[in-house]
Amino acid sequence: MEMKLLTEHYHKDEFRRLDGYKKFGGYEVLKKALKMQPQQIIDEVKASGLRGRGGAGFPTGTKWGFLPKNNEPRYLLCNADEGEPGTYKDRLMMERAPHQLIEGMIIAGHATCSKKGYIYIRGEYNYIILIVEHALEEAYKAGLLGKNILGSGIDFDLDVYAGAGAYICGEETGMISSLEGKKGQPKLKPPFPAVQGYLRKPTIVNNVETLAAVVPILRDGAPAYKKIGTEKSPGTKLFSLSGNVVRPGNYEVPLGFPMKDLIYKLGGGLRPGRRLKAVIPGGSSAPVITAAEAESATLDYECLAQMGTMLGSGAVIAIDDSQCMVDMLAVLTHFYHHESCGQCTPCREGTGWLNKVVHSIVEGRGRLQDIDLLVKVADNMKGRTICALSDAAALPVLSFVTKFRDEFEFYVREGRSKVKGVSHAQVHH
Amino acid sequence: MFQLSQAGKDKILKELNRYEAKESAIIPALYIAQQENGGWISDQVIERLSEVMSLPVARINEVFQFYTMFNKKPVGRHHVQVCCNISCALNGGRELANQICKELKVGYDEVTEDGRFSVTRVECLGSCGTAPMMQVNDKYYENLTPESAMNILRGLK
Repeated sequence: MEMKLLTEHYHKDEFRRLDGYKKFGGYEVLKKALKMQPQQIIDEVKASGLRGRGGAGFPTGTKWGFLPKNNEPRYLLCNADEGEPGTYKDRLMMERAPHQLIEGMIIAGHATCSKKGYIYIRGEYNYIILIVEHALEEAYKAGLLGKNILGSGIDFDLDVYAGAGAYICGEETGMISSLEGKKGQPKLKPPFPAVQGYLRKPTIVNNVETLAAVVPILRDGAPAYKKIGTEKSPGTKLFSLSGNVVRPGNYEVPLGFPMKDLIYKLGGGLRPGRRLKAVIPGGSSAPVITAAEAESATLDYECLAQMGTMLGSGAVIAIDDSQCMVDMLAVLTHFYHHESCGQCTPCREGTGWLNKVVHSIVEGRGRLQDIDLLVKVADNMKGRTICALSDAAALPVLSFVTKFRDEFEFYVREGRSKVKGVSHAQVHH
Repeated sequence: MFQLSQAGKDKILKELNRYEAKESAIIPALYIAQQENGGWISDQVIERLSEVMSLPVARINEVFQFYTMFNKKPVGRHHVQVCCNISCALNGGRELANQICKELKVGYDEVTEDGRFSVTRVECLGSCGTAPMMQVNDKYYENLTPESAMNILRGLK
């Protein structure tokens, strides 16, 4: 069932402190890594097949390999701006094991020849920021950060930066803008951050879970890591299960794990008398799938891509039959409209129109042609903007309308939800 | 007339030297000033920051306007933010927000007459497995019912 490669000691309070972390083998992998050449570490991570755990799933070693081969200063940024609705795994990782992240970052810093790193944590995670800052203090005192780490001659400084409430800062170039003290607006790629990022210097941005995963990869070796999971999705991943399940929570399982086992076995299934209607498999930006599709889905990059959705951040949101899909879509369109940074017209205007049209349906003012209008607007938002937020706003709309069209048509015709007992107009913004 | 305390100024000067780019201190400085100004940021606050940081008003203002954690108008001593995004909405988060407003006799984004509370609806706070939830100032309260939320709020003076 669960496979706790990263989370094995998370239930122990002492694991949060440096001495406790060391007791369970903490920073031993760092000692080994400091003796390796940067390229050796990159090769090992490449061979492990580790893919970015933040949402995009890009191969981590390949990303690191994009850095220019010169002595130019470069930066390592940890993306801890966890904001994808449904996702709360990075919060757990930083709360229960801040040193695991720090160890992963020192190793990644060495691999990428970075002398400076930042952990960009969303501002709302105030208590997490305090935990990570305290762990950094411990690490500095123990000579694990700063100049000449553990006598290796390698330097690496690490600091925390607190965001201030903006979903878009989870996009890597938006995060870089924010760290530079600007509005968190994404930048056009290319140049990719690995070539020109923070302060126009080469920059690697990796998610918390990705950086933490470097530790077991170097400890056990790439072949051992690759044996876990599927061929194209090696390793374990934390899945944040939420919504209408009995036991929501973060579960670490090998990739390729059956979605129905996550929902019914680990998550305890649905509440008494309820049936599964739909699942959003990878955070709110991932297209929704039906209960029938969820039955055969496995939690890996390739299966979910084949189903026309994505693994994303690993946030699995279960929706039961007491919920109205039109109502839930209205929650999401409001979110994307609120979070669009306003830079690109298709996104700034499109998210507004999607939200207006869905709300007109929820308020009983919808027309049948509005359903096709939603599809048309969403289609026009895809692939036309600087970053992926526009697509992320369009994809849920297209999947909700396509897979649950009957609920939308019913709502328009009757002026009320198809789901009995649901009256949602009063709860919307 | 808003004035930064000496301690606040010192903290901001420290932030100005903490990062490679001076402008990176704008967000930390806004946090410091917001706290000193009772939880929100006025035009005067931006002007003081502009003086202390030697940065144009417009430069600080654009950052202030962009981020939701900087309050654009006065808030209560206890600023209640209720998550209404999907995982919370699936578990009664929006009904919880409505109930809190009703009990506190206050509308969204308004302050109670005694200045004790303000209530707002917010997007995902990463508390999806413990929904519904609210954040009061810096603190998260999770796995709430309308009753438990009101018990918590009644205890905040």
